[in-house]
Amino acid sequence: MPHIDRRIYEHPIITFNRGKRVIFYFEGHPIEAYEGESVAVALYALGVDVFSWSPKFSRPRGPFCMIGKCSSCFMTINGVPNIKACKYPVQEGLVVERQRSWGLLAKSSILEDYKPASSEKIETDVLVIGGGPAGLIAALTAANYDLNVVIVDEHFKLGGQLLKQTHKFFGNVELFGGLRGFQIAEELAKKIALEKRIRVLMSTIAYGVFRGGYVGVVGENAHYIIKPKALIIATGAQEKYLDFPNNDLPGVIGAGGAQTIMNEFGVKPGESALIVGSGNVGLIVAYQLLQAGVRVRAVIEILPEIGGWFIHAAKIRRYGIPILTRHTIKYVEGDVRVRKATIIAVDEKFNPLPGTEKEFDVDLVLLAIGLEPDSRLAIQAGAVVKYMPELGGFVPVRTRFLETTVKNMYIAGDISGIEEATAAMLEGKIASLAIASRLVDTSRSSKALEEAEKILKFLWEEYRASPLLLRAKRGKEAVTISINELEVLRKKFPSPVSFG
Amino acid sequence: MIYVEKFTFRETGIIKLEELKRLNLLPPQERLLKGPVAILECPEEIPCNICVPFCPSKAIQMESIIALPKIVWDKCTGCGICVAVCPGLAAFVVDISKQDADYVTIPHELLPVPRVGDKVMILSRSGEILGEGVVIRVWERNKTYVITIKVPKGLGLEVRAILSRPLK
Repeated sequence: MPHIDRRIYEHPIITFNRGKRVIFYFEGHPIEAYEGESVAVALYALGVDVFSWSPKFSRPRGPFCMIGKCSSCFMTINGVPNIKACKYPVQEGLVVERQRSWGLLAKSSILEDYKPASSEKIETDVLVIGGGPAGLIAALTAANYDLNVVIVDEHFKLGGQLLKQTHKFFGNVELFGGLRGFQIAEELAKKIALEKRIRVLMSTIAYGVFRGGYVGVVGENAHYIIKPKALIIATGAQEKYLDFPNNDLPGVIGAGGAQTIMNEFGVKPGESALIVGSGNVGLIVAYQLLQAGVRVRAVIEILPEIGGWFIHAAKIRRYGIPILTRHTIKYVEGDVRVRKATIIAVDEKFNPLPGTEKEFDVDLVLLAIGLEPDSRLAIQAGAVVKYMPELGGFVPVRTRFLETTVKNMYIAGDISGIEEATAAMLEGKIASLAIASRLVDTSRSSKALEEAEKILKFLWEEYRASPLLLRAKRGKEAVTISINELEVLRKKFPSPVSFG
Repeated sequence: MIYVEKFTFRETGIIKLEELKRLNLLPPQERLLKGPVAILECPEEIPCNICVPFCPSKAIQMESIIALPKIVWDKCTGCGICVAVCPGLAAFVVDISKQDADYVTIPHELLPVPRVGDKVMILSRSGEILGEGVVIRVWERNKTYVITIKVPKGLGLEVRAILSRPLK
């Protein structure tokens, strides 16, 4: 076992209140951790860089997304293989082992002893999948119209990716502008806890949508069959990968994954970093690394200009962090962790220019090259989707009220196309108000519609009027259809599922 | 035909004084010489107007949420509230009216937080070390420290960051 401590004890923005000390066992070694940490983070904090080995070529794999969207942290926990260690909270006495091949059950008695949890059937007005900014606002909005809501979230803390955002939000004061992301998460979680109409199922996964309008949800010792009158899918997004030699080496981490490690859990992701991609995520993570005491060697960008907002770029430039435009990563080197990264300049057609290589001694290469909507559940449900590069990937076609071609199935947040948390919250609100307008009595129904129209107007005509949001706006325009067009699509591509 | 030079801040991450001036973000010289005044280095139409409601003098105007901020220079008292609340850490207060030195107020979110009287390294928009400054005032709002530094005369429009010790 390596003996290092990557935990952050002093941070300019966040106070890390660690929970009770617990001991768990990692390949025979007792591991000290704190309640509230995930198994993956607790191991990483002590210097465990390798989380698994690839089944075929035994290549070491380290943390990548840290939010349950990839498979590099699959471990065997208490004999059960393929557990996402990034989503599994530490507990006293856990027995954790890494997988050197396909995950195998430790002993057959686990299967013999296994008693499936009894299924709880839940009927509710609104089911929200995903407890991030879009989902939480959607739930609160629905509860405000006296609708019963169930929230399903894979993590053991509410807030989604707000939990790792330390910068103050833009926008205006009514939209939580000025508060830091993790503070917004805290505020929303507090409001949710006070709402008697909202039931929260933490550490659970919505694994499928079924005929008759049922959603299957599973937790470690629980199974739910939920029949909602309306479904809101707010599953967010996952980070994109980039192709280069040794891109699977531990230390090549998604920028968001590094944010989770450092800002949600207070653990230093490394000592010295190179960031690939200068969109807002890349620029913001560079600044956050500085705040956590990590050296940032450079941010590289293949395009001739910086991808993100100028103000985010200025924040790191003034501390001397270079942003190298027209550069891409060539390869990384290291045995079980990145030791060195080589970058190379590109010409107008993005062809590498031999002889322009530069080397950086770094133990972290953060990929900030974009996000991809997590539309898997919507696709499984039979929603018509379209591939939209400007929105990050496949997104469900929807009305402006965010209803998909599956009746009474709505989307909100990054699943509808990558924007940011403020737009996600507005979309959550719009979807919920549209649902409320269908489910509540006529007097309040018109109020809900009026409110939705007001937010739609603000979102489309004022907020998205920013030229910096133009690409996403155009993408969203292209997949937003009228009710008539929706009906046509529903006839052409009937879904076996509907809600209501 | 008038030749207008292209803005380069999107390529460099550094905005030039001349670019700020063209965007009406730089106070006129006569206002600068009157005393402390805010400079909002916010050159892009991003959807944000946090500074507007927080300005106690109602000196910041925006036509819409994406408009560039406009300061009514004579209303601005240089109080520094905008420095504390700007989510982009793009607001600064500059006082170049004094004979002996210039004074710059900047947002600061790195450890260690300097104390009044400390000597600190002063940095330009590109991170170049311009010399040494002395911390005059420190206050905080939601973990953004607002720090006023006395800097050598002539550097008031250049200093945009400080460090108590060199970065690793």
